[in-house]
Amino acid sequence: MIRARHIVLALGLWLAALPAGAEELVAGLSQNYVGINASFDGSEILIFGAVRRDSPPPDAAPLEVVITVSGPLVPVTVRRKERRFGIWVNTDAVVLPGAPSFYAVSTTGPLAEVLSPTADIGHRIGLSQAIRPASAENLPEDTPAFTEALIRLRAQDMLYQVDEGGVILDRDTLFRTSIRLPANLTEGRYSARIFLTRDGAIIDQHETAIDVRKVGLERFLFTLAHEQPLVYALLSLAIAMLAGWGASVAFRYIRA
Amino acid sequence: MQIYLPIAELSVNAFLLLGLGGIVGILSGMFGVGGGFLLTPLLFFIGIPPAVAVATQASHVVASSLSGLLAHLKRRNVDIRMGMVLLVGGLSGSGAGVWLIAALREIGQVDLLVTLSYVVLLGVTGGLMLWESVLALIRSRNPQTRPKRRRHGLVHALPLKVRFRTSGLYISVIPPVLVGFFVGMMAAVMGVGGGFIMIPAMIYILGMPTKVVVGTSLLQIIFVAGFTTLLHATTNYTVDIMLAFLLILGGVIGAQVGTRLALRLRPEQLRIMLALLVLLVGGKLGLDLVLPPDEIYSATTPLGVPS
Repeated sequence: MIRARHIVLALGLWLAALPAGAEELVAGLSQNYVGINASFDGSEILIFGAVRRDSPPPDAAPLEVVITVSGPLVPVTVRRKERRFGIWVNTDAVVLPGAPSFYAVSTTGPLAEVLSPTADIGHRIGLSQAIRPASAENLPEDTPAFTEALIRLRAQDMLYQVDEGGVILDRDTLFRTSIRLPANLTEGRYSARIFLTRDGAIIDQHETAIDVRKVGLERFLFTLAHEQPLVYALLSLAIAMLAGWGASVAFRYIRA
Repeated sequence: MQIYLPIAELSVNAFLLLGLGGIVGILSGMFGVGGGFLLTPLLFFIGIPPAVAVATQASHVVASSLSGLLAHLKRRNVDIRMGMVLLVGGLSGSGAGVWLIAALREIGQVDLLVTLSYVVLLGVTGGLMLWESVLALIRSRNPQTRPKRRRHGLVHALPLKVRFRTSGLYISVIPPVLVGFFVGMMAAVMGVGGGFIMIPAMIYILGMPTKVVVGTSLLQIIFVAGFTTLLHATTNYTVDIMLAFLLILGGVIGAQVGTRLALRLRPEQLRIMLALLVLLVGGKLGLDLVLPPDEIYSATTPLGVPS
């Protein structure tokens, strides 16, 4: 009897902490810091977590998980070539005010099935939502084609990734996915978002930051180039002249 | 071994860069040119952003030209006064070129200007060189007396005449300044030293003796390329020191190998090979302009946006 009372008490506390029938997300990352050093060759981030719930999962619709990792938003100019006077030159251009430098979506199933369009637009989850639209002045008629082209170009460089079915969900409770960060990564504050959905609607979400920074020599050179450009330029020249002079001396030495 | 380039912001195989620098170094040692006209398009092909390739290349030119100049200074084959006059034009031309690149980048036509400059200049110099060396080869087979021409062109009619003792010339400073300006501008736009334009211009336009041409052109090229590096680094932030270092390292070693290889070949054969190489590079770039590209869209972000 005593044991039963304990269980009831524990359950009572549990229920007090969670609204009835709720499912809560607990998540973690394998790392929240990525250092780009001289030998940086890409990195892999493991995102995992569990669903905490007070009652057996509702039977209605299956639980789904959507995970996104986004780099900082940077303006991008997309240009299109056209044939003019026999040669191919850039003609139309669209400036997209903010496109993530990196974007990955990983889900438990096809994005269109696990996420309703409203939720997709509201939280800017899908790739075409994550890119901020161009401001509407002097735009070519087919502006969406430019956004699609950007997605295609960046997907080739592994900078934009969509992995439908990339999230493994175990016993409706534990989930995990791994996201590959390519070698041509730019630095900045990245964010990882995790959404729990049921029937296309978001029932809980979690966001956490990943800091991607150049470190060591890379950090030093980049900072020097931007903050002390003259010193940096003189350093480049000094290296060049030293190498040229050194080669001439070595050459004479070998010849003699 | 992959290496991350801090300014270009991408990861490239270090041995690929050393190898590229080395191969171009061998060719530059063999033919006596800076090799920039080859290296810059090669860097485009492996995906280095054009603005970075052009700016970084200029510092590579400094390295390869300096070792050549030191040898020529020892033999007193450098017309320092002429070099200085060319330099006046060269530095202003270099400034104009850097400004032109920055302005064209705004409207997205840098790639076009750089590629067009390459196609035209490589096509013209490659064609002329091939023609001239084939003629030389034919002449060497059946030796005849060559008519010696004396030139009395525009060069002698212009004012502001100055005596250039080492070259044995008494000409106006206007043509050398103009030649210097043009080469300086090309150096900034194309990321080349301009040796392959400067040398013919000195011989055929200014009438300088062949003996002093190479050393004098190297003298002014070092200053122009150095100044170009400085301007690119301070206005466009596009000099990638890591990229430059690997290319230079491969380049100076390759140049030594190339100089030895050159001793085993006849000069006419060398020039024909160089001409064919120049035409090949120019032809490839030209075809890319004319043929429908695989991808008509391109995306650019401002380089090195602080975040």
